Amino acid sequence: MSENKTVRIIVTRQDRPDSPPYEEEFVIPYRPNMNVISALMEIRRNPVNAKGEKTTPVVWEMNCLEEVCGACSMVINGKARQSCTALIDQLEQPIRLEPMRTFPVIRDLQVDRSRMFDSLKKVKAWIPIDGTYDLGPGPRMPERKRQWAYELSKCMTCGVCLEACPNVNSKSNFIGPAPLSQVRLFNAHPTGAMHKAERLEAIMGDGGLANCGNSQNCVQSCPKGIPLTTSIAALNRAATIQMFRNFFGSDEV
Amino acid sequence: MAQNREFFYRRLHSLLGVIPVGLFLVQHLVVNHFATRGPEAFNRAAHFMENLPFRYFLEIFVIFLPLLFHAIYGLYIAFTAQNNVSRYSYFRNWMFMLQRLSGVITLIFVTWHVWETRVQAAFGAKVNYDMMANIVDNPFMLAFYIVGIVSTVFHFANGLWSFFVSWGITVTPRSQQISTYVTMGIFVALSIVGIRAILAFV
Repeated sequence: MSENKTVRIIVTRQDRPDSPPYEEEFVIPYRPNMNVISALMEIRRNPVNAKGEKTTPVVWEMNCLEEVCGACSMVINGKARQSCTALIDQLEQPIRLEPMRTFPVIRDLQVDRSRMFDSLKKVKAWIPIDGTYDLGPGPRMPERKRQWAYELSKCMTCGVCLEACPNVNSKSNFIGPAPLSQVRLFNAHPTGAMHKAERLEAIMGDGGLANCGNSQNCVQSCPKGIPLTTSIAALNRAATIQMFRNFFGSDEV
Repeated sequence: MAQNREFFYRRLHSLLGVIPVGLFLVQHLVVNHFATRGPEAFNRAAHFMENLPFRYFLEIFVIFLPLLFHAIYGLYIAFTAQNNVSRYSYFRNWMFMLQRLSGVITLIFVTWHVWETRVQAAFGAKVNYDMMANIVDNPFMLAFYIVGIVSTVFHFANGLWSFFVSWGITVTPRSQQISTYVTMGIFVALSIVGIRAILAFV
């Protein structure tokens, strides 16, 4: 390995939420086992671009550094993914880093994913267990069901599925695959199922389940391998039944 | 649009595409196929369809109104998508894009086709073998018809695939995979029926 091996990185930068984006190229010294985060840290340590001009350090978000928090998601060489698990050795150079434009850009690679958390509130992605007295242990969950439900619980709200979805954009109000799959997760829980209809009705509203166009990019892109399209199809079935219950009447909650 | 109607409109769009519009398409292609047995056979079949009881009622409620809703709402759906096949070139994403593209081509084709046949018939033109033979006499129109038929049949077959997903019939990846094979089989079969029929007028 040569001493002066380098890594070329082209970052799509943006100074303010309302300012136009521009590209800036960086050439940084190579070290073994680098990932995109350590490359960005190198730029932060010495913020000089490829032309040798001093510039501002690139802004990005990170937290866990082990692909469970979802904060460091960005578009790397055209595909949305986490920068912590994007290894320099496995990427084609120049490495192009862009923010996930589906979300409002705050600065450089940092985006505002609030809409995803708002969607989780909208679909009631929790199990209400609080009360004025101890309700005791909840009902048991069948092991086989727990196994597939566990897969859905791996969602880290990273936003990659929304970025990949052609129906999530400024022209549509589709909430995207991630919050939909959470509805399936919480409806699968024996206590959560007590609010099943409420969650289904939330996703049967505007911008909900029916806006899915089945491009299935989400399931291909999900870093956690969550079966998002299976969730969507399962919810479609539940929504069909709920639709008939709502119209013809039912004693089910 | 009224609040919270989107789910209803989308499901209605999905349903109408299959019943009755899709069924009508299959029926239409089958009747056209009589042309392969000669002009008389086609004229007899067309005449039978023309003389169905409650013709105007059937035309309005089985064809025009559902088709109009499906077409207009479909255009809205197509133009709210931001296609990204260059970044995410997966098979289903291509089908997603082709479904929207074929929908727009089909709308242009069907509009022209209705103008050229049904509207002209209302103005007194006779709908028979000769009418179509005159139209496809022009090689450009023949090509336009072939593209139109293939695009319509694709839109129907692939739409059937998403219908099964949208109504929660095919949930598992395996069932969706088999459904892809079946619906693409329908695409090929109906394309053969449609193209054989149009070539019978040449």
